[in-house]
Amino acid sequence: MTTVGKAPILELDNVSLRFGGVRAMTDVSCSVYPGELFSIIGPNGAGKTSTLNCISGRYRPTSGRIRHHGKDITGLGPRKRADLGIGRTFQNLALFSGMSVLDNILIGRHHLLKTGVARGMLYWIGGAQQEEVQHRAAVEEIIDFLEIQHIRNEHAGTLSYGLRKRVELARAIALKPELILLDEPMAGMNLEEKEDMARFIVDLNEEMGMTVVMIEHDMGVVMDLSHRLMVLDFGRKIAEGIPDDIKANEDVKRAYLGQDHGVMPTAEPSAEAVR
Amino acid sequence: MAGSMRPAGDFRTSYAADRTIFPTRGSWRMLLLGLLVLCILPLQFAGVTLVSSYWLALIIQIAIYAIAALGLNILVGFTGQISLGHAAFFGFGGFASAYLSGKLGVPVALAIPLAGLLTAMLGIIVGLPAARLKGLYLAIATLASQFVLQDFFGRAQWFTGGASGASAEAYSIFGISLSGDRKYFLVVLAHLIIMYLFAANLMRTRDGRAMVAVRDHYLSAEIMGINLTYYRILAFGISSLYAGVGGALMAHYTGFVSSEAFDLLLSINFLAMVIIGGLGSIMGSILGAIFIICLPEVMQSVVRLVQTLGIGQGAAFTEGLAYMKEMAIGLAIVLFLVFEPDGLAARWRKIKAYWKLYPFSY
Ligand SMILES: Nc1ncnc2c1ncn2[C@@H]1O[C@H](COP(=O)(O)OP(=O)(O)OP(=O)(O)O)[C@@H](O)[C@H]1O
Ligand SMILES: [Mg+2]
Repeated sequence: MTTVGKAPILELDNVSLRFGGVRAMTDVSCSVYPGELFSIIGPNGAGKTSTLNCISGRYRPTSGRIRHHGKDITGLGPRKRADLGIGRTFQNLALFSGMSVLDNILIGRHHLLKTGVARGMLYWIGGAQQEEVQHRAAVEEIIDFLEIQHIRNEHAGTLSYGLRKRVELARAIALKPELILLDEPMAGMNLEEKEDMARFIVDLNEEMGMTVVMIEHDMGVVMDLSHRLMVLDFGRKIAEGIPDDIKANEDVKRAYLGQDHGVMPTAEPSAEAVR
Repeated sequence: MAGSMRPAGDFRTSYAADRTIFPTRGSWRMLLLGLLVLCILPLQFAGVTLVSSYWLALIIQIAIYAIAALGLNILVGFTGQISLGHAAFFGFGGFASAYLSGKLGVPVALAIPLAGLLTAMLGIIVGLPAARLKGLYLAIATLASQFVLQDFFGRAQWFTGGASGASAEAYSIFGISLSGDRKYFLVVLAHLIIMYLFAANLMRTRDGRAMVAVRDHYLSAEIMGINLTYYRILAFGISSLYAGVGGALMAHYTGFVSSEAFDLLLSINFLAMVIIGGLGSIMGSILGAIFIICLPEVMQSVVRLVQTLGIGQGAAFTEGLAYMKEMAIGLAIVLFLVFEPDGLAARWRKIKAYWKLYPFSY
């Protein structure tokens, strides 16, 4: 993975975010390059999710700028970012629980579909059916990729935690994002589920060519998968670099030692670091 | 268990077939049979009537209210927004159709859908606060629109005939008169079928899905590129379209529109239909309408039975009946919310599942 000579797909330029007296982010800057698998790590409450929320447009930074392909998107609403090709999953599950898995994933196609109310109501006339069938085919490919064929018609609200995380990933992929943001995709999963998920993320990155920004507590996984990492602590960036450098970084060790359970494991996956 | 229960061997070979509204061959056959029965229902052969005029009138009312309830379900059940003003839209549709056909000379067959569209526009305007308001606040805003519109009906002499009401022409299409219950029933049935198909189609395409997404998790809906404001207001428009068509059908059925009929109580009855029938179920809207229209009839029979048996004081019962109707509807809502929150539609599904698996109910 070489980033030399490529223009960044995403840049954070001195981004700060404050909630009243709480400083969730302070002057965070970083660049993510096309094709990268970039991870954000740090202790609980470090501001990782806040960073993702700023990128996806859910929060607006108090100061600083966010650029996408060099274009300032700091003030752009979250809805418009789907069209830019930014997709995401959430730390706390955010599926549409009353809909089937299939419909959940089809929602990801929303911004690619054109049928309005009138054509939708007429269905057979005006092309709505063709459009549905065409996108259904695309969704089925994602279903096959994530191996969730057996639950396609199930209601999302009835699924196990691990499966819901997978469906959420499917929904984000259906958006056809160029940049995908994953907030703790493996939290609460058992080892087997984690291995599957890790495989999916690598495929996403290498075979589908998506740029991935991932938050994950499982150090084994993070160090294995990531090309580069950024470490946050109390809303500040304390380190950035390739996994080997981060592992050796004294500041990072200290930040993790400051936590009661926060040992910084080197390779083996630790279930303990997962909340 | 999967969401649908298809018999073994029934494999879908195309995505289109998998998205059909009527999932099994059995349901198609049932549907065709049902439609056939409904079509011959009003007929009279050589002096023999299949359904008495009394029951036919009830069935017509059910079908009309079912159309309006369907619209309310799209708003409340599918999009998750409350409305206490549905009756006012129902009334507006009636007045609009009476005005279009009576004063502007639009053929009645055309005036009904046009009235629906006008009501939809009104619904979009009245629904504008939904862009900002949710829950209780939205309930109050729609309650306000109910009263404002009711007041408008009382004052707008030119449009509604004021206190004396407006008369509506009898239905005819291509010069063929379809007045009288036995013919008009077919008109209402045709409208119900079309509006039902529109709703079913909408809910399996882009905009219908987006509405459900807005209901279930608006924050992630927005991240998926869904315009929340647009769909919140659109839902009001669509629900008003249905109310308008229903109101117009009612106007040309009774031949007369009076502003008193469209009060808050009717709005609450519409909500009751949707809750009892099943929030977020298209079929449920119809079941709910059947329930609410038939409930007073059932109660009437009970009262009659009590009277013939000579228990208690018959006269007091008859006098109290009007109040008891409202109370019974209230009680039914509470009971359904507690014991069957998914409404009659869920019960219907359970019964169907039972028969499919019979005698192995596990
Ligand atoms: N909407 C909000 N309102 C107020 N404070 C918030 C809000 N969102 C986040 N914070 C605060 O900002 C800080 C950073 O939170 P954030 O969720 O970004 O942490 P995190 O790194 O994702 O932690 P975790 O590992 O627990 O998910 C925390 O102190 C949190 O309480
Ligand atoms: Mg977080």
